[in-house]
Amino acid sequence: MSESAIDRSKMTISDEVAVQITNMNKWYGQFHVLRDVNMTVMKGERIVICGPSGSGKSTLIRCINRLEEHQAGQIIVDGTELTNDLKNIDKVRSEVGMVFQHFNLFPHLTILENCTLAPIWVRKVPKKEAEETAMHFLHKVKIPEQANKYPGQLSGGQQQRVAIARSLCMKPRIMLFDEPTSALDPEMIKEVLDTMISLAEEGMTMLCVTHEMGFAQAVANRVVFMDQGQIVEQNEPVEFFRNPQSERTKLFLSQILGH
Amino acid sequence: MTDQLTFVRNQMLPPQEPPIREAGVVKWLRENLFSGPLNTILSVVGFAIILWLAANIIPWLLHSVWNANSLGECRQIIAATWGEGATGACWAMVRERWHQYLFGFYPMDMYWRPTSAFFLMFVALAPVLYNNLPRKMIWFTAVYPALAFWLLWGGSVWSPVVAMLGFVVMGGVFTLLKDRLGVPLSAGIGFVAAAFWWLVLQGPLASAIHSVLPIGLTSVDSDQFGGFLLSIVIGVTAISASLPMGILLALGRQSDMLLVRTLSVGFIEFIRGVPLITLLFTASLLLQYFLPPETNFDIILRVIILVTFFAAAYIAEVIRGGLAALPRGQYEAADALGLDYWQAQRLIVMPQALKISIPGIVSSFIGLFKDTTLVAFVGLMDPLKGITQVVRSDINWKGIYWEPYLFAGAIFFLICFGMSRYSMWLERKLKTDHR
Repeated sequence: MSESAIDRSKMTISDEVAVQITNMNKWYGQFHVLRDVNMTVMKGERIVICGPSGSGKSTLIRCINRLEEHQAGQIIVDGTELTNDLKNIDKVRSEVGMVFQHFNLFPHLTILENCTLAPIWVRKVPKKEAEETAMHFLHKVKIPEQANKYPGQLSGGQQQRVAIARSLCMKPRIMLFDEPTSALDPEMIKEVLDTMISLAEEGMTMLCVTHEMGFAQAVANRVVFMDQGQIVEQNEPVEFFRNPQSERTKLFLSQILGH
Repeated sequence: MTDQLTFVRNQMLPPQEPPIREAGVVKWLRENLFSGPLNTILSVVGFAIILWLAANIIPWLLHSVWNANSLGECRQIIAATWGEGATGACWAMVRERWHQYLFGFYPMDMYWRPTSAFFLMFVALAPVLYNNLPRKMIWFTAVYPALAFWLLWGGSVWSPVVAMLGFVVMGGVFTLLKDRLGVPLSAGIGFVAAAFWWLVLQGPLASAIHSVLPIGLTSVDSDQFGGFLLSIVIGVTAISASLPMGILLALGRQSDMLLVRTLSVGFIEFIRGVPLITLLFTASLLLQYFLPPETNFDIILRVIILVTFFAAAYIAEVIRGGLAALPRGQYEAADALGLDYWQAQRLIVMPQALKISIPGIVSSFIGLFKDTTLVAFVGLMDPLKGITQVVRSDINWKGIYWEPYLFAGAIFFLICFGMSRYSMWLERKLKTDHR
């Protein structure tokens, strides 16, 4: 994954705000998972969120499409504030794509049906059109020939690429990735990262929780380091890796890059 | 080569046949019947028991008598043909009384009505059971309940037609209000509107149309129903009504809304905590006290309602097991794609949860169908006890013991075995996880 091969021409950051998180707090019962998180994501940004396990990084991006509810503060996604209003939540969810660690494909539907389900039922797209869009994105993630198979017949890497295609079929403005390569065999990580890189090359706004530091260096414009539910440090990737400021960040980087 | 540290394989080994003593009949016998002293003893004892049973049952079946007018005549024929002291089955009883086992006391000249209802039932069930049939057939399935009711009980054709219109009212109200009030509330209002239709408008409207256009069949009373006709009417109706009700109860039990959850849990736990016979007595006696004195609420209908409640409570728990087996990720993926609650349930959750629950659901159905014989306790003519008693109270068949039960049991077995095979076929067909 050499940096030189990546086309950065479309990776421009606009001055339009995609996600605005202000003083956001979240508790699991008594446990304070997210403490006073502030974050502004501009359109076109590629942000990598890293940190030790239990630092709240997955919880943070799951709050952005309300898979987790926050108890204090404000989250505004694409101009819509996330509150208890179900209509707003469904609106945000249909604009924000999410890719999970364990793919979460629907095992009772074919690959094609996985991709067309949400466009047909949420966006009310005609079936034929939805299928064309789905095939387009399956081509993009390089597995159109698997369209009529079931998820259980595919390898982990293929399933994760289908999951990305499924999200893209909703034409999202923002993509969230929750440790997309953590459940994959080493041989399959690359095919998924390549898909994500090509997505970045097209200017998609991406928030990605990952331990793939190579990916962070290659495509991210900002790396966010979290610990104990707080944002400890953020910087552009070259500086972040070369010259970390806080002790926590230095320790974390020495542990994951040390060997 | 073994004492070298480096080793490179240049040629991969091809697979080979297993050794000859590891295959064939000998291996099977040794592994399954005679694998050790204990197993050898058990095998020999088992064979002895099977032989002893066969030695007693086979002559009894071989000495069957099909043509006789009474049990006494049967015994004479057996004694004359096979010698004094020989035993034999007297199927002549079945030959003479089969129609009562099938139809009870349903008027004989109208047997065509339940018979055609029975065969049309398969046409109605086909599109539900097999998804490769034309989808239009589902319309016949939708009208079938009214048609079957009319064929079986007779009376004016307009009563079932007007009753079916109640569902149209429910659906119409629901579609009109759905976008404005949301799914649960508009479904509730639709249900209330339909209940109003059935309880208040149904009677006068049906008789008004009937007075203009009198089309109808001779009425048959519920107490003339009996045998497998009764079992199948109760069983099939309760099975088809308890599945949707069970799904709603299972979802209600998991609901975030306190009232819905409490009601569902209360209903399920109450119904499951009470024997079915108690509910049947409630149907036959207690309901009479609560209903206004002039209402004539049919006994079969009352039994069907309570049997449905009973089965729905069990099915709700079976489906809850299926729901619990679904990974959380499935709900999250459905949410993340923007599907609303009912879409997620219908498209993602239920297809998978029901598939997992198929064995449990079908077990409940089979249990329910066999439990229909319990209606004997409220004075209905079930095929096992009710009809057999009728047959044995005839002086000609007094003392006949095994044959009625074997006959009724065989029919029950056929139906239940059919359900079981269908469920296994369905499980195989829906298996897409390729584990």
